[in-house]
Amino acid sequence: MYRYDQYDHLIVKERVAQYRDQVRRRLADELTEEEFLPLRLQNGLYMQRHAYMLRIAVPYGMLSSPQVRMFAHIARKYDRGYGHLTTRQNIQFNWINLEQSPDILAELATVEMHAIQTSGNCIRNTTSDELAGVAADEIIDPRPYAEMIREWSTFHPEFAFLPRKFKIAISGAEQDRAATAVHDIGLHVVKNAEGEVGFRVLVGGGMGRTPIIGSVIREFLPWQHALTYLEAILRVYNQHGRRDNKYKARIKILVKALSAEEFARQVEAEWLDIKDGPATLTAEELQRIAQYFTPPPYETLPATDAGFEGQKTDNKGFANWLKRNVKAHKVSGYAAVILSVKKTGVPPGDITAAQLDFVADLADQYSFGEVRVTHEQNLVLADVKISELFTVWQAVKAQGLATPNIGLLTDIICCPGGDFCSLANAKSIPIAQAIAEKFDNLDFQHDIGDIELNISGCINACGHHHVGNIGILGVDKDGSEWYQVSIGGAQGNNTSIGKIIGPSFSAQQMPVVIERLLNVYVQQRTEEELFIDTVQRLGIAPFKEFVYASPIPTGYTHGEDACVY
Amino acid sequence: MLVSTNIIKNREVVADDWSVLRLNEGDSADSVSIPAGKVIVPFSVWNARRAQLLERAEVGVWLGSDAQADVVKDDLAHFSLVAVDFPKFTDGRGYSIAYNLRTRLGYNGELRAIGDVLRDQLFYMQRVGFNAFAVRADKDINDALKGLTDFSEKYQTSWDEKTPLFRRVQRQAVSQD
Repeated sequence: MYRYDQYDHLIVKERVAQYRDQVRRRLADELTEEEFLPLRLQNGLYMQRHAYMLRIAVPYGMLSSPQVRMFAHIARKYDRGYGHLTTRQNIQFNWINLEQSPDILAELATVEMHAIQTSGNCIRNTTSDELAGVAADEIIDPRPYAEMIREWSTFHPEFAFLPRKFKIAISGAEQDRAATAVHDIGLHVVKNAEGEVGFRVLVGGGMGRTPIIGSVIREFLPWQHALTYLEAILRVYNQHGRRDNKYKARIKILVKALSAEEFARQVEAEWLDIKDGPATLTAEELQRIAQYFTPPPYETLPATDAGFEGQKTDNKGFANWLKRNVKAHKVSGYAAVILSVKKTGVPPGDITAAQLDFVADLADQYSFGEVRVTHEQNLVLADVKISELFTVWQAVKAQGLATPNIGLLTDIICCPGGDFCSLANAKSIPIAQAIAEKFDNLDFQHDIGDIELNISGCINACGHHHVGNIGILGVDKDGSEWYQVSIGGAQGNNTSIGKIIGPSFSAQQMPVVIERLLNVYVQQRTEEELFIDTVQRLGIAPFKEFVYASPIPTGYTHGEDACVY
Repeated sequence: MLVSTNIIKNREVVADDWSVLRLNEGDSADSVSIPAGKVIVPFSVWNARRAQLLERAEVGVWLGSDAQADVVKDDLAHFSLVAVDFPKFTDGRGYSIAYNLRTRLGYNGELRAIGDVLRDQLFYMQRVGFNAFAVRADKDINDALKGLTDFSEKYQTSWDEKTPLFRRVQRQAVSQD
């Protein structure tokens, strides 16, 4: 993975010093809270419901084992012993003291990490495919490009005070695992007819209160022009994006207002001026960065292993785990292992210091010392020998990270919600937990098969509810917490936005609502049909009808909350 | 009456004898009284009173954050300085205006940031082409000066740095072990 050179070290070190002084000035009242706010946000520091939260950047989801150990250390020394993996492949800590935050950054810098631009109205951490470099369906490894974008966007002087936050995702495989269609800019690494590498450029996707799927504004952009073209997009957006209403300030609103064609025209006009300029990428630079992403020293191994085949046959638990949590690898004899951070009873994505240390050790022993974070809030060991999968499974199981539920109902994407986040209208973690408890039966989950259940505690959609096959959105009605349900959303190559099925429900009703949705699916599905396929074939009507056919107990017997109809 | 205040110009705190004309509610660009001496007028006033202002030896103009640099394209030669207003320090449009004034329109004179100009934005402002900063009056200008030197290296191009880091230096990972 990428290693810092003296320049990266210098920039991060100077950032720590700058931020330390900003905190000092805030504490000395030389900066007002209003003035400090965007400064701390651009350093990932939020004021949450109970304490400060610090979001640490994990560029395109890649981590080394010393970095993972540093998270464990931060969790112990500065927090309450755990961290939270986010839908943007980052990690955040929820119980931070402002006074200690510069020290955390100084500690992070020793392992080539920082919290730069993990929040605020600037270009955020670029996200990518958690299986980059190993996926069997990969066309081109997107990570060198993601790293070039990281460097370009770090402290870009012109784009630090954009109308709103700005998110870029990049994918280089046949299957899009980076949710590129719902980002401000989505980049697909592609090859043209001549075999040259470039990007398909999508712009104006996003979730939030106005979910929109990104539009392709360029089918093929030669890779050398990536940064100048991004600059042109950002310049058009910086000047013309709305600033009068923060809910209409994302680039998706501008693209929609202008039309994708007109937006593309303006970008091309802007680009003409800088195209082929010094910021044009060079083969030397691509090579310099790509050398950090060369394959690890794989052994030459057969596609499978007799011992492994036996273990698989003898042990149903292991077989289940293989089926759900282990992914195909491009190198014979290896597999990518997804560690489920979605055990029932634990908030989705929460990971303890002990688990972090364990994962770091495991990575050193079995996966070349590397770990990735997925946007579904799980971890990946990307390069495990098939012959060692059984040993790894046993070790992981003991740590509660082997729940065989990847892609299943209880692999819930969930934001921190009202338990932590000051933006939230409703809690989301208890909803996820109640659903996970009700459907804890793995046989049932395996029978249901692939399904995405996503929960957001507010309209900002950090839990990606719009693209969940089942999406749950926490809403506030007259001061109490309610949950709106949508179905038919999907991420990936066939991204779609879910449709709301009807009036919202109370927290107590949610597990039954999910049960009813699943009942309709189980009764109506054809063989081989996934939940999303059934919804797409039948529309939402039969689901809606059954869910609302009879009252669902609320747990309340009187008052306003007694009935939702 | 001219009040001499301090600004940062070319990385130094210096006395400044320009005044900035801002239209109050009820003022119109056509009729507002333009003070004598060195004055930076809003673009709307320049536009309305061009002939009158051309008679002055020195005149400056300021652009609002919603302006495009192009509006002054044909007049740049007349200005002793161009200013860009930051109504709020979080309004980043002025960065692109400055960049375009410098790179696209080739403006070489004094480019001044006015309005809500604070220490922690100065590094970025100088990178896109500002060389003068009217730091907000309630802030310590000597403290703000330090903001210009927050970073000694940068990855990407802008007006101040025409060559990205990857073309400027030989880069190689440094072992931390």
